[in-house]
Amino acid sequence: MSEINNLKLCDLVDKIKNKKLSSKEITEAFIDRSKKSSKLNSYITENFDNALNRSKEFDEKPDFNKKIPGIPLAVKDLFCTKNLRTTAGSKILENFIPTYESTVTQNIIDHGGIIIGKLNCDEFAMGSSNETSNYGNVQNPISENLVPGGSSGGSSAALAAKLTPATIGTDTGGSIRQPASFTGTVGLKPTYGSCSRYGIVAFASSLDQAGPMTHDVKDCALLLEVMSSFDTKDSTSVEFTRGNYLNDLNENIKGKKIGIPKEYRVDGMPKEIEDLWEKGIKIIKDNGGDVIEISLPNTNFALPAYYIVAPAEASSNLARYDGVKYGFRSKGENLIDMYEKTRSEGFGDEVKRRIMIGTYVLSSGYYDAYYLKAQKVRRLIKNDFDEAYKKVDAILTPSTPSSAFKIGEKLNDPVSMYLNDIFTVPINLAGLPAISIPAGHDNNGFPLGLQIIGKAFDEQNILNIAYSIEKNIGYKNHINDWWIK
Amino acid sequence: MSDQNKEYLILREEKKYEVIIGLEVHAQVLSESKLFSSSPTKFGSEPNTQVSLVDAAFPGMLPVINEFCIKQAIKTGIGLNAKINNKSIFDRKNYFYADLPQGYQISQYKNPIVGEGSVTLDMPDGEKMIGIERLHLEQDAGKSIHDIDPQNTLVDLNRSGVALMEIVSKPDLRSLDEVNAYIKKLRSIMRYLGTCDGNMQEGSLRADVNVSVRKKGETELGTRCEIKNVNSIKFMQMAIDYEANRQVDILEEGGSIDQETRLFDIKKNETRSMRTKEDAHDYRYFPDPDLLPLELNDDFINEIKKEIPELPDEKKKRFIEKFNLSPYEANILVSDIETSKYFENVSKNSDVKLATNWITGELFALLNNKSIEITESPITSENLAKLINLIKDGTISGKIAKTVFEIMADSGKDPKKIVEEKGLKQQSDPKELEKIIDKVISDNPKNVEAYKSGKDKLFGFFVGQVMKQSNGKANPQLVNEILKKKLN
Repeated sequence: MSEINNLKLCDLVDKIKNKKLSSKEITEAFIDRSKKSSKLNSYITENFDNALNRSKEFDEKPDFNKKIPGIPLAVKDLFCTKNLRTTAGSKILENFIPTYESTVTQNIIDHGGIIIGKLNCDEFAMGSSNETSNYGNVQNPISENLVPGGSSGGSSAALAAKLTPATIGTDTGGSIRQPASFTGTVGLKPTYGSCSRYGIVAFASSLDQAGPMTHDVKDCALLLEVMSSFDTKDSTSVEFTRGNYLNDLNENIKGKKIGIPKEYRVDGMPKEIEDLWEKGIKIIKDNGGDVIEISLPNTNFALPAYYIVAPAEASSNLARYDGVKYGFRSKGENLIDMYEKTRSEGFGDEVKRRIMIGTYVLSSGYYDAYYLKAQKVRRLIKNDFDEAYKKVDAILTPSTPSSAFKIGEKLNDPVSMYLNDIFTVPINLAGLPAISIPAGHDNNGFPLGLQIIGKAFDEQNILNIAYSIEKNIGYKNHINDWWIK
Repeated sequence: MSDQNKEYLILREEKKYEVIIGLEVHAQVLSESKLFSSSPTKFGSEPNTQVSLVDAAFPGMLPVINEFCIKQAIKTGIGLNAKINNKSIFDRKNYFYADLPQGYQISQYKNPIVGEGSVTLDMPDGEKMIGIERLHLEQDAGKSIHDIDPQNTLVDLNRSGVALMEIVSKPDLRSLDEVNAYIKKLRSIMRYLGTCDGNMQEGSLRADVNVSVRKKGETELGTRCEIKNVNSIKFMQMAIDYEANRQVDILEEGGSIDQETRLFDIKKNETRSMRTKEDAHDYRYFPDPDLLPLELNDDFINEIKKEIPELPDEKKKRFIEKFNLSPYEANILVSDIETSKYFENVSKNSDVKLATNWITGELFALLNNKSIEITESPITSENLAKLINLIKDGTISGKIAKTVFEIMADSGKDPKKIVEEKGLKQQSDPKELEKIIDKVISDNPKNVEAYKSGKDKLFGFFVGQVMKQSNGKANPQLVNEILKKKLN
């Protein structure tokens, strides 16, 4: 591995600005390593030649005032990228080449970033292991045959394996934080409305949020600055003063009140996760933070509510993939037959499962009992957080109830798979920001993460707390490049 | 189709059935761009040339509300004397069809932008109030074209996403004439407001018609059928008449009406079942998560209220009070905003009574003959006012004025010029007139004698002779006066 691959995003930015490295050198290093890492299957579409040309163009006319000048980045294949195939992990979009750029990837380009490829993900971001992708499993670089988490599994794997210096994912119920936790990396889901959803293939519109995935908290702060913007093309985008997250990063958490929700101590949680949580609590106390026990009484209802709201929205969002306008089309005897064949062949099982759940819960006669009830639960969960934030500034929990599992282990047990999202889902339902940072390892040496949840639009605060824990917890990823040998 | 002064009833022997009608009018919002995208809305463009990525539902595309369309809906609501709701919600109506790119239509279901209101109809036997249930905004779908390619259906998405207002009436309409008056009144109000051009040929105004029947005197509503997408008043009336008779026939045979959606076949003049209640779509309505609830504060609504022009009902009242017009005349003059503008222009600069008569008489006949709108009239309101003033000040007679009017219709010329050029000026000089009259009297001694011996009717003969001698230009009033003096 080249030394360049070991550099973090902020280091690379410094090297470029100080003219120690050129964009071409950096881009080449990540492309080379990506080429050697095909066994991980983290890419769906490579953009190597084009990216290399872009890096040369940058070097010819460099603009060092940009936030990520000439930096190559691979991105989750849920972001529409102009003239670059965008599949959302689905067969139904296998040949879809957008004529437009998502706002988030446009922001990356505008800040000097270069897109080197599109990363694997669960089909339409529906999954927690990257096993529902039409383009195959992704290997977790931590260990062979281990899932990298999902749905941003290609992103977490490529980042941990250093095929990209940083990346972006989307998080509907934990799709950034859980894969970050599974791969020993940092992942942040911003407040709903912080990053524009324009040009992101929609899964569940009221929950989807794009966010940064990086090696450390500093990189995370920088990439969030790049991604987040008010966008009139997204009606749910919120106009608020976005911080100078990197510049204002501050490890001092003295006097900060951190809540520990008792409802997150779930039955059967592994002792190592319990210990990890205690470790986090101790670091906060040692650094002058106040740890306060809090209650989020409706936590238990979050997962069922999520698995009603998200499929309901998805069933409608995915109606546009009908073979009429773009994407995969199967031949049919008539319109209905064409629809049925196209969607039967074009969608995978998990997507179909969720479309069916979503269609059911919205059906007349069931709407009140399911969808409307779930929306009420959602309001109660939001109220829980509002109450808690009268007492505390942020909340600390584990990111996931377990470490990464083996490929195939939970594939045929959707409920066990869904339980993986138990700590992350409530945050999406409440629209809050949360960050997962690596904090330790389980007995197998697999990474485990801690989650810090903040108040709405208070990203700076959770970045600061994460920064403080990161400095004191001494986490290191153990990756031996097993897939290259 | 039905006698204006008679009740609209379906008769079977001695039994009388009343027809209950409610309309769901779909009015295209007059707007440069679509409800949730910036694509243009021009009618008659090449297929698929007015389509944005949002309209074609590309992955990741999001709707953004067009504020202008919201204002248009609010204006229309105000024009319907309706409650403007401070909070309304856009919902998704989910169904699959080739010309519905999103797989759902964005509409408003439980919380429409406009609530209850009313429209007043001017019927021959007086005013009638029709209740408005609601007005909501929704997207139009594209168009499926089945008759170009023998193998395939083609889709044109130009209309996809165009803003429609669905105006739902209460089941208050009772006759075909009321349906006619209701549609015309709605159209008139929206044209005054500039919120819909009301052009039925271009599909800017269409309606779903709900029809039920009951024996006269009963108070419970019968089971209704909905006739989808009828695009002219005449077809609405035909469809209702057919449907009401069909329902009565079923009831007469002891049957019952199935609640269903029906189509009107123009060629066969009949309605046909499209789908029954059992296989009605389950549209799975739910709030569109891509759009926030639409919240309107009172200031915003009040600002729009300030932009509301004088509407037909107020204008009619004013015309009656200020100009002393009959309700009938006022109604004719206010029903179309352009006509009312024309009238006000003419009457402002001339005489109200003459303006009313000339517009509703000669001008309407002319427009009718030429099949043109009043805005295309070759006779401008300024020129008509001038013509009326020429009559008023005695420059020309009413009869000559008709000749001048005809020349104006062909040439668009200023009436003063026409009168001058053609020498049509009225002969009002008493000395000149006396010369002619003296000549007529001396030329017709026998008639003079007969008149003097009591044949009063011969007076008209002398007037006619004088007019003839003067080539019609003699001032009739003066002629009368002088003749009387001379003959008596």
